[in-house]
Amino acid sequence: MSTLSTHPSGTNYLNHTRGIMSWIFTLDHKRIGMMYLFSVLLSFFAGGMLAVLIRLQLWTPEASLFTQDQYNQIFTLHGAIMVFLVIIPSIPAALGNFVLPIMLGAKDVAFPRLNLFSYHLWVFGALVFLLALFTGGLDTGWTFYTPYSTDTDSAMGGVIPALTAVFILGFSSIFTGMNFIVTIHRLRPPGMTWFRMPLFLWAIYATAIIQVLATPVLGITLMLLAVERAFGIGIFDPALGGDPVLYQHFFWFYSHPAVYIMILPAMGIISELISVHSHKHIFGYKFIAFSSIAIAIFGFLVWGHHMFTSGQSALMNVIFSAITFSVSIPSAIKVFNWLATMYKGSISLNTPMLYALSFIFIFSIGGLTGLHLGTLATDIHLHDTYFVVAHFHYVMMGSALLAMIGGMHHWWPKMTGKMYNEFWGRIGCGLVFLGFNLTFFPQFMLGSQGMPRRYAQYDDYLPETVQLFEFYHQLSTIGSLVMAVGFFLTAGYLLHSIFFGKRAPANPWGGRSLEWQCASPPPHDNFAETPTVGDCYDFSVLEWNEQEQGYTWREDVPRPGEERTA
Amino acid sequence: MSHSHEQHGHGDHPEHLGHHWDNVQQQFEASKLGMWLFLATEVLLFGGLFVAYAVWRGNNPELYAYGSEYLDVTMGAINTTILILSSLTMAMAVTYAQLNRQTALLVCLILTFLGACGFMIVKYFEYADKIQEGILPGAAFYEPPANLEASKYWNPDLPIIDRETLLALRIQEAEREREGRPAQIDRPRFGEVSSVAPAAVGPAGFDPDAVRARHVRGEKSNVHPLQDPNRPINAHMFFNIYFMMTGLHGIHVLVGMIVIGWLIYRAALGHFGSDYFTPVDLGGLYWHIVDLIWIFLFPLFYLI
Repeated sequence: MSTLSTHPSGTNYLNHTRGIMSWIFTLDHKRIGMMYLFSVLLSFFAGGMLAVLIRLQLWTPEASLFTQDQYNQIFTLHGAIMVFLVIIPSIPAALGNFVLPIMLGAKDVAFPRLNLFSYHLWVFGALVFLLALFTGGLDTGWTFYTPYSTDTDSAMGGVIPALTAVFILGFSSIFTGMNFIVTIHRLRPPGMTWFRMPLFLWAIYATAIIQVLATPVLGITLMLLAVERAFGIGIFDPALGGDPVLYQHFFWFYSHPAVYIMILPAMGIISELISVHSHKHIFGYKFIAFSSIAIAIFGFLVWGHHMFTSGQSALMNVIFSAITFSVSIPSAIKVFNWLATMYKGSISLNTPMLYALSFIFIFSIGGLTGLHLGTLATDIHLHDTYFVVAHFHYVMMGSALLAMIGGMHHWWPKMTGKMYNEFWGRIGCGLVFLGFNLTFFPQFMLGSQGMPRRYAQYDDYLPETVQLFEFYHQLSTIGSLVMAVGFFLTAGYLLHSIFFGKRAPANPWGGRSLEWQCASPPPHDNFAETPTVGDCYDFSVLEWNEQEQGYTWREDVPRPGEERTA
Repeated sequence: MSHSHEQHGHGDHPEHLGHHWDNVQQQFEASKLGMWLFLATEVLLFGGLFVAYAVWRGNNPELYAYGSEYLDVTMGAINTTILILSSLTMAMAVTYAQLNRQTALLVCLILTFLGACGFMIVKYFEYADKIQEGILPGAAFYEPPANLEASKYWNPDLPIIDRETLLALRIQEAEREREGRPAQIDRPRFGEVSSVAPAAVGPAGFDPDAVRARHVRGEKSNVHPLQDPNRPINAHMFFNIYFMMTGLHGIHVLVGMIVIGWLIYRAALGHFGSDYFTPVDLGGLYWHIVDLIWIFLFPLFYLI
């Protein structure tokens, strides 16, 4: 009725064609996005279960469940799966693939075949990674630091398959990034200037720049490491004139920007959620847009802060520390703009909004604790302790992943055409939020008291220290179980909604960007005619429609593109 | 996937136009932007190795002065010429495609392909020579050549100087030099102010003239590095980076041969013309970057 695009035959992208092959070899960005979403969530389940195992091991000070070698493997797999298989592809490849072309009013991304290829590469990379488990395992930590990864006497046989897998996954990420950059440059609809793009697209664009520029360096680093391990040529081996710290430089030159591959799209989602669910124009649009680009640029210049204790020169430490602090400026700009957007808005506390609020709370803690680690003097004490673990889980898990789940709820009606149960959604979000903080806040305490990360047991301290550590570890373990219940609950009601959920209206939340102007779920080619767009944060043109159970365009306001003829 | 049954509002729909594009021009520009982005990733992929080259050369300049003496400048120069010429024929191929001159397009693509083959053949002889002599990266460098008879450097009368012997030799030399000098004043250094140890620094006092005195530029070395008492410590490191960079470049040439082969196949079928030459154009861009990387590799390894 009121949607811009209803397909003549009434079909949508889900039932446009049938059969498993029509999914595996589809060129439709929506199906590719959904396959990514499914795969990423599957990996998230695997990585999450490993996390629970880690927490259970640390319930007691003694190594009660696993030997030290087994524990090393578990945390390595947890880290590698969560970073390379879950967080990096989660928002750009899964949600971005689904939403980006529709937000642009386009029929697809610029290179649909390349898009499918990058998904196939992801699957292939994941399979090769599995191979690492069957060729001797992997216990180097997700960073593959030398000499753990090159010492063939002690390191496990899975190193080369794992390196190959990450190399392949990296190219999957590069191709996605290339695709998005070209799509945003070449497929914007009439009326959408750069500064009329939804902020999610700015964030995806900044992310794509990092994906394209940083990931090749990871590729070459992993190749050097694989050659080093296979042929022992001594690039990173001091005995043969090599330098293990050079590996760290190479690795973090990618992996620090990769942190922003994880957080930038999350910030983009939050910009959308806060504005739409507060029904208020986003505050400081240009500042949010430019701060995404600023974070992408600064992100390339701070890698040295991972090596404050690795024997860098004092001068370099000071420079990297100073640049690290500067990243807090664009990050804070975003947080303040979100808060200002909510000010005097009419906030609907829907599940996506609750996730957005959780994000702001958690990200603030995660960001501010980064200052302790960026300060040289305190970092000497906190380096490689649980403080670091807590910090990056606040940023990568509590911020990036919760934003992804918030975004998933936001676009769930669009993706599946069904509404989930709002009551259970709020309960689930509450459990995840409480569980998360209970898991990771005690780890700040642990770290500041000196508990090192990656230890399988902590019974070799003074009795009162062991007692203190045990208390915090047990709090943390309880938290992780609460969080697991929250996630399983979420999985439950989302699955339930697919089969029994109410039919979703085109625009359940009152969003103005283009994806809310096509049907839920969208037809195969999104828009029959490329739509003209206006200001995608001006919500005054929408009104609640009781009959539709969603928002529709006000009858007394002309649509963009129609004003001229009217 | 065919979308021809769907309404597009295009009266005549060009064969190569994807369903999500408005017109051919938009599609061509997007493809080209995508290719340039891919080239940016290639530059960064090699960029990592160029940085490694810079770091190691900065720390161990003597290795590079020494190692490059064992590379064959003539062969490198021939390969440089071949690649530049093949870039020319590739650029001509793009122009001929745009001008719709089918035969000239095909000839130029085949010439480019032959250039790539020529490059790989020369590279094969260079690599084969290094492997024959046992001049290899890493620990393998310290194994004598498998076939001593065939080695052109190996002198059966000279002993092998392994890493330990060489190190002892260098320490002796340094001690002999120090004897004539006054003792250094012991004062705190900059690094001691911090609790963090200073980063490792390269050997101080590298004297390029001394290296040049041992090896006259342009005159090929005639002693096997393993038997050379003037060999710098860790001489193998030059060949680490040499094999890594030229090897990765060689892989790119092989990929380029596949791409050009595919272009030849499609050109022979008459797929390209003035209305559709995107693959030739993009393949050309790729071939130029492969060429360009070599233009940097040649002086960095062979000449300086």
